[in-house]
Amino acid sequence: MTEKAADPVISLRDVAVTYDGRRILDGVNLEITRGEITVLLGGSGSGKSTLLRQIIGLERPNAGRVIVNDIDLVRCSPGELRKFRRSVGVAFQSAALFNSLSIEDNISLPLREHTRLAESTIRLMVWLKLAVVGLADSGKLNPQALSGGMKKRAAVARAIALDPEILVFDEPSAGLDPIVAAELDELIITLKRAFGMTIVVVTHDLPSAFRIADRLAMLYQGSLIAVGTKEEFQSSTHPRVRQFLDRVADPVAEESRVDDYFQRYLEGDSPK
Amino acid sequence: MRMSLLVGSVERVGRRTADDVEYCGSLARQLWNSLRALSLALPVVGKRYRWKAAVTQMLQIGVQAFPMVTLMAVCAGLILAMQGASELRRIGAIDLVVELVTIGFTRELGPLLTAIAVSGRSASSFSAEIGTMKVTEEIDALRTMGIDPVEFVLAPKYLAALVVIPCLSIFSNAFGILAGGVFMKIATGMTLGVFLRSVARTLVLRDLLFGLLKSLAFATIIVQVGCLEGLSVKGGPDAVGRSTTAAVVKSTFLVILADVAFTTLFYLTGGV
Repeated sequence: MTEKAADPVISLRDVAVTYDGRRILDGVNLEITRGEITVLLGGSGSGKSTLLRQIIGLERPNAGRVIVNDIDLVRCSPGELRKFRRSVGVAFQSAALFNSLSIEDNISLPLREHTRLAESTIRLMVWLKLAVVGLADSGKLNPQALSGGMKKRAAVARAIALDPEILVFDEPSAGLDPIVAAELDELIITLKRAFGMTIVVVTHDLPSAFRIADRLAMLYQGSLIAVGTKEEFQSSTHPRVRQFLDRVADPVAEESRVDDYFQRYLEGDSPK
Repeated sequence: MRMSLLVGSVERVGRRTADDVEYCGSLARQLWNSLRALSLALPVVGKRYRWKAAVTQMLQIGVQAFPMVTLMAVCAGLILAMQGASELRRIGAIDLVVELVTIGFTRELGPLLTAIAVSGRSASSFSAEIGTMKVTEEIDALRTMGIDPVEFVLAPKYLAALVVIPCLSIFSNAFGILAGGVFMKIATGMTLGVFLRSVARTLVLRDLLFGLLKSLAFATIIVQVGCLEGLSVKGGPDAVGRSTTAAVVKSTFLVILADVAFTTLFYLTGGV
């Protein structure tokens, strides 16, 4: 399924990923529009985290192309990859803050690595980023001293340290209570409005997805089964999309297989 | 049946060999990358903050291991002296104990004992630290920030080990030889002057340098194996535990294997 975007900043073309002979992504085509919030939906094991790893250049697909800002991540030079890395900020599911460094040092790390700014300027920029995420007074603390929500916000501050064009969130609301998750949603919307960032969010939290998304894309068993606006999604008749939105469970055990198992067990044939 | 067993055995041997070759390849590639990144951890010419990290590592690998290494050296020195004395006394050559301990330590025991002590302390700690960083997505975070994990995490450790392990070996030599002297003082009443003259007569620059060369190789093995095990962690905390054990076992084994290779080289070039 291909959805043509007006001004695509990220283009995925026939992306296929295989792990140990298992097809995780199967010919995914997607274009992500500049300045929009795109939410990648999907159940556990649908391949959405794998897709995210292709978009942020942590993995290369077995087939297909991933083009971000005209840089083909599959074939680019190390110099182009460095340029790409500076244009993308990532807020990981586990926050991924360096425990040995204070929050301030975590956020100043990309600035120290990639710029030649004076220490006083770096400190000021770090304070500004912390203020954006509402942690201006917590810079001196270590990550261990922060709550789950604060850690995620600190991770956002680090992700926006170099003012990236694209910001990527992996399961931002995972492990957070509804109020903190809602605060994070507001932060994502604010970042888009204030800085015009292109934001990609991977989640399976439906209220959050419908609150923040400009467009949604849904993965099922490694394939993209639906791409569209919130309204298009809500009126979708695709059985898997409906099942996901209506929270309908898959049958956990197949009765015939259970019967077959016991039958063979009673007959003395060790079932596998 | 017999044929399939044979095929199975051949397959197992082949797979194991392929895995070992792959492991050596990964180790060689990582070593090459860390050698290239090593200059970035140097003071003045290197990157800001890397040298600071290297100094912290020197304290952790070297200074904190100092009591253990010296105590091990003293014990081994006493053991070698006592074992040697019991045999040499029978042929009336107990004075040769000092020579035995001096040669034994400078050529062999000093670097080897140090490497085994550091392998137990630091290879496990490198692997646990990097493995945890892998599990908590910190390594991924570094890569997405455009920071090479080998340069950021491994290079300071490698530089620190290359500096402090030879230093620890020298201390190990000194304390081992001194322990031999203490034994001789107690057992035969040897004076300090006679002891020092004996040591000076036996101590050869070639032996010392060869011992230091070995400790550089041991430092390389300990850091590279410890870090590779950490970087190979896949899964959760149990994988970190397994990698820690593997780091100690593999690095200690490879240190001894390398020692055999060095001693053979030394023997063949007429040193022994």
